[in-house]
Amino acid sequence: MADQTQAAGAAVATDPGRIPTVVVDDVHVVYRIHKGATGGTSPVSALKRIVSRTNAPNIREVHAVKGVSFTAYQGEAIGLIGSNGSGKSTLLRAIAGLLPVNRGAVYTMGQPSLLGVNAALLNDLSGERNVVLGCLAMGMSPEEVKRLAPEIIEFSGINERGDFASLPMRTYSSGMGARLRFAIAAAKKHDVLLIDEALATGDRKFRARSEQRVRELRASAGTVFLVSHSISSIRDTCERTLWLEGGVLKMDGPTDEVCNAYEGQK
Amino acid sequence: MANTAVADPDSGLTRAQLAQRHGLRIAGERPPLAEYTRKLWAYRHFMTAYSRAKVASSFSNTQLGQLWQVLTPLTNAAVYYLIFGVILSQHRNMSNFIAYLCTGVFIFMFTQTAVQNGTSAITGNLGLIRALQFPRAALPITVTLVQFQQLLMSMVVLAGIVLLTGEPLTFRWFLIAPTLLLQSIFNVGLTMVMARLGSKITDLKQVMPFVMRTWLYASGVLYPVALFREHLPSWAATLLEANPPLVFIELARYSLLESNQSNLVSSPARLWLLAAAWAVVMGIGGFVYFWRGEEEYGRG
Repeated sequence: MADQTQAAGAAVATDPGRIPTVVVDDVHVVYRIHKGATGGTSPVSALKRIVSRTNAPNIREVHAVKGVSFTAYQGEAIGLIGSNGSGKSTLLRAIAGLLPVNRGAVYTMGQPSLLGVNAALLNDLSGERNVVLGCLAMGMSPEEVKRLAPEIIEFSGINERGDFASLPMRTYSSGMGARLRFAIAAAKKHDVLLIDEALATGDRKFRARSEQRVRELRASAGTVFLVSHSISSIRDTCERTLWLEGGVLKMDGPTDEVCNAYEGQK
Repeated sequence: MANTAVADPDSGLTRAQLAQRHGLRIAGERPPLAEYTRKLWAYRHFMTAYSRAKVASSFSNTQLGQLWQVLTPLTNAAVYYLIFGVILSQHRNMSNFIAYLCTGVFIFMFTQTAVQNGTSAITGNLGLIRALQFPRAALPITVTLVQFQQLLMSMVVLAGIVLLTGEPLTFRWFLIAPTLLLQSIFNVGLTMVMARLGSKITDLKQVMPFVMRTWLYASGVLYPVALFREHLPSWAATLLEANPPLVFIELARYSLLESNQSNLVSSPARLWLLAAAWAVVMGIGGFVYFWRGEEEYGRG
């Protein structure tokens, strides 16, 4: 593994084509979660906490990412694997600048865009309107939006079973919603695109199309991160894979090598 | 296994230096104020589209739909008229109390809803915030834009009430435009302050109704503002007369109500000065305050 990183490092000095897009330097992420109502939530105990200035018992600190470092380059597709709760999604959100890092730093080129299953748009609005809003929120001009909107709806395939684009998004199936969100996010050229399980919800035809789009994004010098529990889709789309376990980077290398080790361990 | 210590042994760069050499920036860093303002301006189309969408979807689950935009202020005016005009009708010395009351209620509601919706401007849009990176100030501004569109609707209702209660249409009506403009700037600033506070202090939402109720009574909406001078020590009355909603309400009454010219709390010049001062202080102060918290929104 050390070899590969060194080779990449050497290329930085000699080959101008190999440009880093994301540098993650010894990152630690700790976040506070509200456990919800558990024991000790009576008004008296709440008052006692305020008086004695202790933290509420239903807030717990989680050390989700513990000292992860790596460098990602232009045109790379990097898969992130690991069991549930290993810090994959947290790491993605830190790269997107949506979660603060407690120690270390994340450096990125441009503004990374995170695409998750729960990236909610306005459920009361029609799919068309969501397309317009989503594109504007990514910083497109109204003219660009007007030009791209039909393509996006076409790509998402939500109109394959009748005119769904004019119906509110709350009437969509979860697969349709995810497809539309991916279509919106993929309409823009991103320097760094972070995909969190979003491809898993589509059907086979859509997955093929979205994998094609991921390849196009990489060809236009973007870096794509893909979190997935489906090892086969990681194998299909990524040539490099990071394996996170318990918030620590367990392995970083060519997809085949890492995936074999991961599957062997299971 | 994983090589994590030094990025580039050949050129001896650390990861931080490597990032700097290629012009990478720290993720989620707060841009300087000037750049932030420029970015925000670039998002103006998003803000207008988002506010239009919100207005369109706001009554989408009701049978009467957009009719509620007119019905809500009308019902409000009817309730206040019933209580303060009919049941407690104590202000017989005021020639047109209905119009006086409605102007106060509608102008105050503009600020009230801005505060209430501002408190949840961040917490109510976490999905959007966690998915996309954009200047977060776009959200409180959108809240104000939505309220402004609803205000325009209630202003149409108000114009009807004012004319029906026998007020003449004068050239002074044009002054309602700068009044609402100054109030909107004030509201944007206030919404930003509330948005930042609301994102940190989740208990605020429980307290706000009581704060707003107190503010309502302190703004001379439901009774003649002259009562402050009559019943309070003069320093307290002076303080209350500088209260921003009261200033905007009095300016609106000055613009629309011919019958109320003698009851103004202070001279129009003083009112304009106060209104402009509030708009500038709150508008700029609120924006800077909100910007300083930019990195924190949507986290934790």
